[in-house]
Amino acid sequence: MNPLASIGAVVLAFFTATGRVAIFAGRALYHVVTPPMHFRQMLRQLVDVGYYSLPVVALTTLFSGMVLALQSYTGFARFSAEGAVASVVVLSMTRELAPVLAGLMVAGRVGAAMAAEIGTMRVTEQIDALATLSTNPMKYLVAPRIIAGVLTLPLLVLIGDIIGVMGGYLVGVYRLDFNPSAYIQQTWAFVETLDVMSGLVKAAVFGFIVTLMGCYHGYNSRGGAQGVGIATTNAVVSSAILILVANYVLTESFFSK
Amino acid sequence: MSSQPKISFEDVHLAFGPKQVLRGIDLAVDAGESLVIIGGSGSGKSVLIKTVLGITRPDKGVVAVDGEDIVGASARLRNTVNGKIGMLFQGGALFDSLPVWENVGFGLIQSGAMDRQQARVKAIDTLARVGLDEHVSTLLPVELSGGMQKRVALARAIADEPEIIFFDEPTTGLDPIMSDVINKLIVECVRDLGATAVTITHDMRSARTIADKVAMIYEGQIIWTGGVKDLDAPDHEMVDQFVHGRAEGPIQMAVRR
Repeated sequence: MNPLASIGAVVLAFFTATGRVAIFAGRALYHVVTPPMHFRQMLRQLVDVGYYSLPVVALTTLFSGMVLALQSYTGFARFSAEGAVASVVVLSMTRELAPVLAGLMVAGRVGAAMAAEIGTMRVTEQIDALATLSTNPMKYLVAPRIIAGVLTLPLLVLIGDIIGVMGGYLVGVYRLDFNPSAYIQQTWAFVETLDVMSGLVKAAVFGFIVTLMGCYHGYNSRGGAQGVGIATTNAVVSSAILILVANYVLTESFFSK
Repeated sequence: MSSQPKISFEDVHLAFGPKQVLRGIDLAVDAGESLVIIGGSGSGKSVLIKTVLGITRPDKGVVAVDGEDIVGASARLRNTVNGKIGMLFQGGALFDSLPVWENVGFGLIQSGAMDRQQARVKAIDTLARVGLDEHVSTLLPVELSGGMQKRVALARAIADEPEIIFFDEPTTGLDPIMSDVINKLIVECVRDLGATAVTITHDMRSARTIADKVAMIYEGQIIWTGGVKDLDAPDHEMVDQFVHGRAEGPIQMAVRR
């Protein structure tokens, strides 16, 4: 095959997929903001996405905070700047690590589950059945999941911020012999509202990305069990990539001089 | 008496990519009539009824319900039309996260016709109509046998007493006795509701039990229509071969070519 034609085919496929996702996102947002709302579905998704993701987000941010304290201590010791550990931990956790790690963990846990559940509903004709039972599948399946993702991920990240800073504190005080009150004082002195808020805004965007990708790939899955498997993989991979890209764009918009 | 058919297809064409699935379907179903569509796998039977439900959209032609063209219908008209239709899907398409009663009452709840308590009572009544006890109503679909799942799917299709009912391969995967039970339930339900029924099947015993009129679809075209009494001696070679399940004949030659 002509190499130029191959490149062209890849580019066309990329733009086709982008267009499809954009149309799907537009339809999803339309159903998010227009009645009727399926409150039972929304409640179920809030619990699934938020409550059941709490342990995995808590563990991830706890150990990340602990490792961050250890690593920054050993690095800064070369420049006799060990005193900056608390500020590095709090800024890194609130601005970057908590939202990105929570986003990635939720993508693995929730995005995959959404793609598998909706994909199975697609291949077993349950989505077609919804359409015959006076129910718009986008409104019943997709809108509640997106609302749940956008609302709960910031809450998870807020909790993750606190647990991550606590992880740094535990290592700093009990492993590296920092003074407890000095560590806390330095943490408070350096963290600003923008640091926390930027992380929460990122979390809401990542929640949208994860649920959108989970729903999109599940909704468009084809071909039985294999199709559902592919949809699940694609949901996680595309969520992870988009989270990292969006993280850069948001960081630029919040913190670039 | 009005001569307007309940459902009509005029010159309906549909292609999936290069594959032409429907090639100019012309067919009419009168009110209160039970039409059975027979035909080989991949001949376009299921796709044809999905054009009425709005799940697939024809490339060309008219699909009308009560004389109104519904191809590309507005959301409001689509909702009205789908509200007249009940559908039994080939695999049941029961919602596996919901108990049986909620599956049966789903359309009643979502359309706002009843609250959950009323829908539950109606669902239990409808389950009794298809020979299922009240205790089944609290089970999940996965806890039921294949025959029971078909009965629940049938109950869901008739719960809101539709004017039109589609049955997609209602006896596939069932033993002969359960198939006969389902066939007789279909006949009873359609007769009691006075509904217009369209059934898709390969099962000639089903066709003989359910049909007033039979149509055969082959390579996306209706090649024969006749009364159920004409089924054993049809004036068409392909129909004769299909009905009698002979390996030799014009259909096989077409496949070999």
